[in-house]
Amino acid sequence: MPQDKPSTVAGEYPAAERSAVELDAVKVAYGDRDTSYVAVARADLTVRRGEFVAVVGPTGCGKSTLLNIAAGLIRPSAGVCRIDGVPLDGLNGAAGYLFQADALMPWKRAIDNVAIGLEIRGVSRSEARERATGWLARVGLRAFTDRYPHQLSGGQRKRVALAQTLILEPKLLLMDEPFGPLDAQTRQLMGELLLGLWSEDRKAVIFITHDLEEAISLSDRVVIMSAGPGATIIGDYPVELERPRDPAEVRHTAAFARLHREIWDHLKSEVVKAYAQEDSR
Amino acid sequence: MNRRTILLLQILVGLGFFVIWHFGTTVPMPNGKPLINPFFFSTPLDVLARTWKDFASGVIWRHLYVTALEMVLAFIIGSVLGIVVGFWFARRALTAAVFDPYVKAANALPRVVLAPIFALWFGLGIWSKVALGVTLVFFVVFFNVYQGVKEVSPTVLANARMLGMNNRQLLRHVYMPSAMSWVFSSLHTSVGFALVGAVVGEYLGSSAGLGYRIAQAEGVFDVTGVFSGMLVLTAFVILVDLMVSAVERRLLVWRPSAPTSTAQG
Ligand SMILES: Nc1ncnc2c1ncn2[C@@H]1O[C@H](COP(=O)(O)OP(=O)(O)O)[C@@H](O)[C@H]1O
Ligand SMILES: [Mg+2]
Repeated sequence: MPQDKPSTVAGEYPAAERSAVELDAVKVAYGDRDTSYVAVARADLTVRRGEFVAVVGPTGCGKSTLLNIAAGLIRPSAGVCRIDGVPLDGLNGAAGYLFQADALMPWKRAIDNVAIGLEIRGVSRSEARERATGWLARVGLRAFTDRYPHQLSGGQRKRVALAQTLILEPKLLLMDEPFGPLDAQTRQLMGELLLGLWSEDRKAVIFITHDLEEAISLSDRVVIMSAGPGATIIGDYPVELERPRDPAEVRHTAAFARLHREIWDHLKSEVVKAYAQEDSR
Repeated sequence: MNRRTILLLQILVGLGFFVIWHFGTTVPMPNGKPLINPFFFSTPLDVLARTWKDFASGVIWRHLYVTALEMVLAFIIGSVLGIVVGFWFARRALTAAVFDPYVKAANALPRVVLAPIFALWFGLGIWSKVALGVTLVFFVVFFNVYQGVKEVSPTVLANARMLGMNNRQLLRHVYMPSAMSWVFSSLHTSVGFALVGAVVGEYLGSSAGLGYRIAQAEGVFDVTGVFSGMLVLTAFVILVDLMVSAVERRLLVWRPSAPTSTAQG
């Protein structure tokens, strides 16, 4: 188990008590016994409360798989996933999930997509819509509340999805390459927006990305996964850049460059391996 | 190619057809007879005059009303049954698997052969026609609901569950809208089939309706009457189709572009 930082409160219960998420020797195999494909051989990962952890790894290594474990959408074949120290059984109700693909309900307007989580929790429709309007304003979409998802750009849809998730004030935020399909400028703006919102209440975040610069500029820790099949976690780098930080500016610092070089050297060999495997298939 | 030219050409084709029909059936050839025998083909002016007369005297309204009523009833009953059974099958894999061959067999059966049986069971009034329309509408709606429930994006579904929806809420906010979007985009087909059921049923045995009018005229070799009936029927179909298009546009505003299908009437 990666224990790169000393516990801040001495003598207290260790990680199990205070961690937001704890993956303990998690293994994931897809398919039946005879067609089984081991996507993740063993993953040990602890995310503390309030910690922003970025996960990078070659495509197809099992990043989304790990996130689905933490969300309770799939169960590990072996090992356990603990949330706040309690083994997860069923869906993780404390987690908000930002999916890689479009996940908004296409038949609901932006405001209804954002309000729906409150509505199904019994909040009155008018109050839910009022708070949804507030959240849409916070993500810069005040003028777009009545649009349907197909009438929004990719970046705007991601912001609606962010508002839809954050309005429920999840204790844990799971993000799967949330800005993946966006252009470089939009990605940076989204990164800034995310850090701004995150710094307000410091949720625990697992942020998956294939963009190492994005990972370093946003997170407290960068975790590296090996190429699949049978992926494992092979690196865990603390990011000691000061907060609050401007994710665009921080990229120009020497500390950033040093860290980027160090992690990239490690990651590169895995990416090469992943490509070799894709070719041999 | 601009739309004006296309529209102009479309009108020309229609006019050309009527001009040929008109002159072919009215202008005598050297042998003293017109090229096209008006006994078998009537003439456009006769057809228009007959249609005008039917509307002016008001006899046609009752028949239009009966056909429309049968169509609406067939559409509503067939849709409700299709939605209920479609959901049931989509959510119960075992039921779907067991009934699959029977559903396919029932759908493969040409529905016209049921008309005499329905006439026997439900009499010669509207209900035998409604029943025929229901057997047509049901399968269109059923397959679309089934598909709509099955084709819900797994990401949208997972997201809805992560937002905290229980099964009932998933049904209401995810499965139902998805299924209904499939149903709405097949409205032209299902409404068209409801009309087909009504008209074919009337044609095969009844005492009112547009199909009955056509059958009556045919029985006495009144070609003008047959064509006049077809004209009214066509106008009615176009009207219904326009209404369906308007409804569809309203119901599917959230779609990037609602697929347009033409009526199968
Ligand atoms: N439902 C599934 N059934 C079978 N194999 C799967 C399934 N989901 C993912 N995989 C496989 O598991 C591996 C990891 O997938 P994923 O976690 O989506 O990768 P990543 O998100 O890192 O790109 C891939 O090789 C993928 O093909
Ligand atoms: Mg992925």
